[in-house]
Amino acid sequence: MPRYYTEEHEWLDVDGDVATVGITDFAQGQLGDIVFVEVPDTGAELTAGGDAAVVESVKAASDVYAPVDGTVTEGNGQLEEDPALVNSDPEGEGWFFRMTLSDKSQLDALMNAAAYKAFCDDL
Amino acid sequence: MREDEEVATEIAPETATLPLDAWHRAKDARMVEFAGYWMPIQYEGIMAEHMWVREHAGLFDVSHMGQISLSGDGAAEALETLVPGDISALKPGRMRYSLLLAEDGGILDDLMVTNEGDQIGIVVNGAVKWEDIGYLRENLPDDITLNHNEDYGLLALQGPKAVAALSRLVPEAAGLVFMQAAKATWNGHAIALSRSGYTGEDGFEISLPNEALADFADALCAMEEVKPIGLGARDSLRLEAGLPLYGHDLDEGIDPIEGDLAFAISKRRREEGGFPGAARILGHLADGSPRKRVGLLIEGKMPVREGAKLFDGNTEIGVVTSGGFAPSVGAPIAMGYVPRDHAAPGTAIAAEVRGKRVPVTVAATPFVPHNYVRKQGG
Repeated sequence: MPRYYTEEHEWLDVDGDVATVGITDFAQGQLGDIVFVEVPDTGAELTAGGDAAVVESVKAASDVYAPVDGTVTEGNGQLEEDPALVNSDPEGEGWFFRMTLSDKSQLDALMNAAAYKAFCDDL
Repeated sequence: MREDEEVATEIAPETATLPLDAWHRAKDARMVEFAGYWMPIQYEGIMAEHMWVREHAGLFDVSHMGQISLSGDGAAEALETLVPGDISALKPGRMRYSLLLAEDGGILDDLMVTNEGDQIGIVVNGAVKWEDIGYLRENLPDDITLNHNEDYGLLALQGPKAVAALSRLVPEAAGLVFMQAAKATWNGHAIALSRSGYTGEDGFEISLPNEALADFADALCAMEEVKPIGLGARDSLRLEAGLPLYGHDLDEGIDPIEGDLAFAISKRRREEGGFPGAARILGHLADGSPRKRVGLLIEGKMPVREGAKLFDGNTEIGVVTSGGFAPSVGAPIAMGYVPRDHAAPGTAIAAEVRGKRVPVTVAATPFVPHNYVRKQGG
């Protein structure tokens, strides 16, 4: 299952026409202790670059943007009870939502793991 | 010298570095810009640092704050023309919280005033220290000398184990109670300490020469009770303690009664007046102010932050001035301003966050009990 990364520090695992989306380990490290996550409702229509979710650390609220166009099929309900999952397992159990892919060609603009690592090293 | 300082502040200065800048960076602090300085917001993480202070002792670098001294005959009486506290009754070695007031009674800053024996010490907020100094110089008589002690830094050691840790370096610490101050020496340096702080816990603030700061901080952090703590935890700790932050919960549009700081209007000053805005402030003291700063408990887990509007039904009634997740409470809390008739603890209102209404309840503060040591051995 290919994994893609965005410059907004999100990851996408693509399985057929559906992607699972979360924020990267780098992102959770920057945010610090996460105390609240608001995931999108099932059925929400997302547009690449538009607001998709909100993640709040002790200090501040941050927007999570939709990496591509599509429709939300599921939000991670576990984050409501245990938002710290985003700190402890950001690229696994701490996923945010799943969405359909309206236009798979949008994936071509995203980074692979090596490119994302190089991107972070330059920050 | 003074003129040079004033000229320098008119040119927008670049972000300054604290005397302990390299010390913080060596400890892997995440540095952010605050009050014109690069300051450590966190070391290992806000939540862990917050809990450490409630259980052990945390060292804060608050050298961005302004340390000012006033000397000359009648300095206390002169200061009383600008603040509502009974400064002339303050005994040597005692301190009190007070407010620098604008002509109309609005709060220009909140500050700590100490009778240091030969002079009056004032600690003001870093973000407005230059404005404060200008206002004091403009409004105090010429025969009162004002010094801005820029060659001194300020550290705070806060938490239930602060007294044990600090006493190993400065034995005088154990002899103080809350809101007492003393002079001492450490490694040949003249230092000043007070049993005070901004976390709701027992603790101390220690003023010492810039060149002694790193060694002193190292000596404290070598103790198992002590860890360095950043601005992030300082903010969550003071919020839980119900303590307002100037520039957020207080500003020049708010008077002391609106700010729920009536305790800062000393008894004699209530009777005699003679401070800026006395008519407005004493009127609000007698009749209640139209609005008041209150604590807010938030339903659910979503933080309600500064700027969130407060509603009673569809009527906008106020605004949140500080808010966030409270680690020791385990839930979000906030403070903000509501009309007098909504200020009673238990009043149910709502906050608006990202277009959604969140139920909130007016709550008594502090959210976490204060642990001040008010009596020696008591």
